[in-house]
This record gives sequence, C-alpha cells and structure tokens, in this order.
Amino acid sequence: MTLRGLVRGLGCILRRDLRLAFRNRGDLMNPLVFFFLVASLFPLGVGPSPDVLRIIGGGVVWVSALLANMLALDSLFRSDYEDGALEQLMLSPLPLSLVAVTKVLAHWLVTGLPITLVAPVIAIMFGLPAEALPAIVATLLLGTPMLSLVGAIGAGLTVGLRKGGILLSLLTLPLYIPVLILGTGAIDAAANGFPWSAHLMWQGALLALGITFAPLAIGASLRVSVSG
Amino acid sequence: MNWTFFHRMASPKWFYDFSGRLLPWVGMLALGCVVIGLTWGLLFTPPDYLQGNSYRIIFLHVPAASLALTIYSGLAVTAAIGFIWKIKLADMAVSCLAPIGASFCALALITGAIWGKPTWGTWWVWDARLTSVLILQFLYFGLIALREAFDSRETAARACAILAMVGLVNLPIIKFSVEWWNTLHQGATIRVAGESSMAMEMLIPLLTSIAGFYLFTLFVFLLRIRAEILNREQNTAWVRGLLGANF
Repeated sequence: MTLRGLVRGLGCILRRDLRLAFRNRGDLMNPLVFFFLVASLFPLGVGPSPDVLRIIGGGVVWVSALLANMLALDSLFRSDYEDGALEQLMLSPLPLSLVAVTKVLAHWLVTGLPITLVAPVIAIMFGLPAEALPAIVATLLLGTPMLSLVGAIGAGLTVGLRKGGILLSLLTLPLYIPVLILGTGAIDAAANGFPWSAHLMWQGALLALGITFAPLAIGASLRVSVSG
Repeated sequence: MNWTFFHRMASPKWFYDFSGRLLPWVGMLALGCVVIGLTWGLLFTPPDYLQGNSYRIIFLHVPAASLALTIYSGLAVTAAIGFIWKIKLADMAVSCLAPIGASFCALALITGAIWGKPTWGTWWVWDARLTSVLILQFLYFGLIALREAFDSRETAARACAILAMVGLVNLPIIKFSVEWWNTLHQGATIRVAGESSMAMEMLIPLLTSIAGFYLFTLFVFLLRIRAEILNREQNTAWVRGLLGANF
C-alpha cells in the first residue's frame, strides 16, 4: 500500500467517524454535559466556601474530565463492533493500529477537545486565579489524548462483552493516574505562581510514549475481541 | 542454544509430573522457613528502641509487600511469553498468580494500616508508597475481573495478557508520578523506613521470613496450577489415565 493510499484511507475513516458523531448531536453533547454536572456536584458536596473550592478546583476539573472521557470511551468501538463495521475495517489492507489510532483521534476531537475548551469556565466558577487558566487548557490539551489512547486499549478489550461499562472503568482508571497527577500538579503550580513547564514536558513525554505504543496495544486488543 | 528444556517445560503433562515431585520439598522448606522466621521474629528478637513491639509486624508486612510487586512483574512477563509464543501453560500460570498477588497486596495494605495506627497515629496516610501499593491492588482486581468477564478461555487469556503487559509498562510510570505527587504536595512526610540500618538480630529472622513466604507462594502457586492443569486438560488421555488410576 502506498503512503498516499494510506493517508486517503485513514482520512476516510476520520471523516466517517466525525460525520457519524455529528449526526447524533445528542450523543455529542452528553460528555460535555456530564463534565459540567460532575464538576458542579463538588461544591454541593464540600460546601460553597471559596477558599476550599479554589484549592480543589484544579483537581475537580481533571477528575471530571477523566470521568467524562472514560464514559465516552465505551461507545468508541461499540457501534462498529455491533454492526460489523469493525470486522470490515480489520479486513481492509490498512494497518489495524493506524485505523484504531484514527478512530481514537476522531473520538478525541468530539470529546476531549470540547472538554478542554470549556474547562476554563469551570475553573472560573471554582474561583481559580487567571494564571491557572493557561495551565488548565495546556494540560488538558496534552492529557486528554493520552487518556483516550490508554482508554481505547480497555475499550478494545471490553467491546465484545455485554456489560463492559463498569469493567472498563476498573481497567482504565488506575492507568489514568499519572496523567491526572501531572495535570493537577501543573495547575497547582501555576495557581501558586510557580513554573509549570516541567509538568507539561512530562505530559508531552507520556503522550509521545502513548502515541508510539498504545496503537499496537489497541490493535491487539481489538483482534482479541473480534476474533475471540 | 538448546531449547528442548524450554519446550518440555511448556508441556502441561511434563510440568504436572515435575511439579508433583517438587511440591513436598517446597512445602516443607516453606513451612520450616515461615515457622522459624516468624517464631524468631515475633518472640525472640529484642523490641525496637523506638517502636517497641509494634515493629514486629514487618516480619509479615515486608514479605507481603515484596511479593505483591514480584508476583505482578512475574505475572506480566509470563503473560508476555504466553502471548508471544502462544503457550497454554503460561496462561494457566497467569490465571493462578493473579489471586495470589492480589491477596499479598491486600495483606501488605492491611498489615501496613495496623502498623501505622500505633506508629504514626493514623490508619492511613496518602504516602507515595501506600498509594502506589493501593493502585497495584486495583491493577490486580482489574486483571481478575477481566478474566472473569470472558466466556472463552482463549480470549480471556489473550485479553489478560495484553492488560498485564500494559500494566507492566505503566507500573514504573505510576510509581514515579505518585512519588512526585507526594513530594509536590506536602514536602517532608513520614518516611516509611528511615534509612536506619537494621540490626543483625532483626535482619536474619526477617530474611528467613521473606524466604519462607516466597517459598510458600511457590507452593501455593504449584498447588493452584496443578489443579488448573487438571481442570483444563480434563479431556486429554493422560489426565483420564491419571484420574482413572487413582479412583
């Protein structure tokens, strides 16, 4: 297969997935609404004191983003698995790992990216200082693709199972911890006026590692689910 | 290099015979080491000058914590071997190791909490080490749950192998990030063990106890995998012959 054919094939998959996502507007909004909802539960749970909210704000944004991402993951391969499209994609001459990473990219564009863009609103509602806002956007921009990549391994493993949802969270949430720690660490540092580039570089390093190895694992997990 | 040994080891029948001959020796050695190590440690070593008698839980806690980590890495390497070379026996080993590792992980957490109460005045501290062992416990639970979720044994084997390998890559990253998180959030904290060198009269029983629990793990592992081999190979001629001969 030529490089041009590869790019064209992957472009088709990307366009198809995005078109499918935009045809279900309701599904498109759900992760965002969920993200807002979880974040607004925290003030109700811990009380409206601005001092407390300012301290936990960065963590709340990240934990909510993590949960929204994880819930959205269950649908990443499911509809394709159920209607047989996934098998056709696996039969195509395109390498499965690249197909998988393209689907993850499409998924991130409709879940991770919107969450990243609205996260500053939550941060302002929690009273985080303005210095923390660039850190929130930057860490989410680097962190949410990593969440999608790692989560897609779990989604691939559980796609063939009828009740994959809670199992998926059990598999993926422990693996999300490094991304969470680096993200909230950067926001904390930025909010207190410290440099936060080190956190960002580590997140970038993790993302590079994830982009390199996760597609192989996602491909292998899809093969297990479809052929097994 | 001569690989016949490797191939022979991968045969369930050969492994069943071999482990059967090994089993009583491992069992007796494990019992001896655990009894000597624990009796010596719990009854005959002098109390610590700072912690009094509460430190004695290390004779249980240290082997458990060490095994929790060792078993996970052993499990992941075995899973990778089984995944790459498609060895049935490797997956049997993985399925037997996960519950053992999860139990030792839980034991390490519980004994740690019991030790923490009199020593630190609290059952739980969000210390880097405690937190990473807690995460390891979740990784074990994930592995066990994933295997339970599949109907087909072959699919479960390959799925668990992928998850174990991903976990193995992630474990050092998690460990590193958790350590970083702790130092970032709260500067100096209580150290699990100040780098105090240990007195010989405590170290020797501790090492005996560690050796004992490693042997005990090997013993339990062999028991489990032998049962697993019989269960999975129950339709083969050799298992039928074996059971027929015993009945």
